[in-house]
Amino acid sequence: MLTKRIIACLDILSGRVVKGIHFQQLRLAGDPPALAKVYDKDGADEIVFLDIGASPEGRKIMLDVVRRTADQVFVPLTVGGGLRSIKDIQEVLRAGADKVSVNTAAIQNPKIIEEGAKKFGSQCIVIAIDAKMVKPQKWEAYIYGGRQSTGIDAVEWAKKVEKLGAGEILLTSMDKDGTQEGYDISLTKTICDSVNIPVIASGGAGTIDHVYQVLTETKADAALVASVVHYGKYTVKQIKETLKTKGVPVRI
Amino acid sequence: MLRPKIAIVDYGVGNLRSIHKALETLGAIPEITKDRRVIQRSDAVVLPGVGAFGDAISELEKISGAIYGAVDAGIPLLGVCLGMQLLMSQSEEDGPIEGLNLISGDVVKLPNTVKIPHMGWNSIKIKRPSPLMKGVKDGDFVYFVHSYYANVRNPNTVIATTEYGTEFSAVISKGDVFGTQFHPEKSGDVGLRILRNFISIVVQSI
Repeated sequence: MLTKRIIACLDILSGRVVKGIHFQQLRLAGDPPALAKVYDKDGADEIVFLDIGASPEGRKIMLDVVRRTADQVFVPLTVGGGLRSIKDIQEVLRAGADKVSVNTAAIQNPKIIEEGAKKFGSQCIVIAIDAKMVKPQKWEAYIYGGRQSTGIDAVEWAKKVEKLGAGEILLTSMDKDGTQEGYDISLTKTICDSVNIPVIASGGAGTIDHVYQVLTETKADAALVASVVHYGKYTVKQIKETLKTKGVPVRI
Repeated sequence: MLRPKIAIVDYGVGNLRSIHKALETLGAIPEITKDRRVIQRSDAVVLPGVGAFGDAISELEKISGAIYGAVDAGIPLLGVCLGMQLLMSQSEEDGPIEGLNLISGDVVKLPNTVKIPHMGWNSIKIKRPSPLMKGVKDGDFVYFVHSYYANVRNPNTVIATTEYGTEFSAVISKGDVFGTQFHPEKSGDVGLRILRNFISIVVQSI
């Protein structure tokens, strides 16, 4: 049986893992390769590495940190942040990433999804959608690490990226991110019901119950965790063991 | 232990570093290559799992002679994901396109009753013993990412299966030719065990 995935997310700024609240007020959390290794050993089903400074600062991703992180993990590694071209994607894959996560470049030039999927396969093109509620049941996609609105409806955008060949959606609720108040169930549900590709729910995990909730009340295939594991509140293993006893299929 | 030389065939796209890193960590000497001489000199060949069937087969055309030569000489071959599908007779992905035909069967799309690609950790059911699966248990989880699967003709070549919309071959073998539909290099400790077993098979074949 296909299990629900618990994905550990490393938000990276200037080569260090950080975690913000509502995409700001960043706190330091450690060295990327060292943390990645801990999460791999601890049972994380995947590792996501996001260079959150790259896009807003207009610079390229740190390939060297990608390489050092990739060398530590034997579970899938997704890398994102500041990827603008097919060449950027290729470089990151060569550095050891299994998938790439693209947001800003995909909004500005949706063709990159199509070309990327054709060249590298849909399975390695993850489209990150940073969604912010604008009115009840309406969310807008944001770019540049949550700094700029686009006027694009998040649900319509999700449907479009699926059509263009995206293999997966990494859906972050900007309203919930870093709050540890729980995932945005209504956003996640709406997006999951609109597409037929895997969706990773992100933003807001503060307790194991939150993870349980998003994996059982929505069709999300995976839940992203960051703060809740970085600061030692829970280990990935504890989260998965609790989920298992509650009947959620997970890899132990 | 003897460190076998393993050629990882490069089709020009995607991430080959993961499989390279895994084999190296386990004590082998892997080399990413499209050079038929390197393949001929190797103790084993790995067809990695990236890209589309058609592109990979056309890249392989120039070196398929070396691959057939290796198989004829009893050099172990491991196909991973797409690499396993390439071992089959043909694929309907952008096709039908002919494969290497080292194991008979067709590559077909997963049923549309489930989300495609099949992405994530799924359990395997062991059908028959194989040195490749030594120490791997029924129900162990491995990491899959694929939209097509190999519909293997001879059930005796099926070592393990997985359920996703349908029951399909997860591990196949015929002589010294092995294939895994999942990515052992991304399947944590279980995957590393399978790769370690492959290296042992290679060492014994030298």
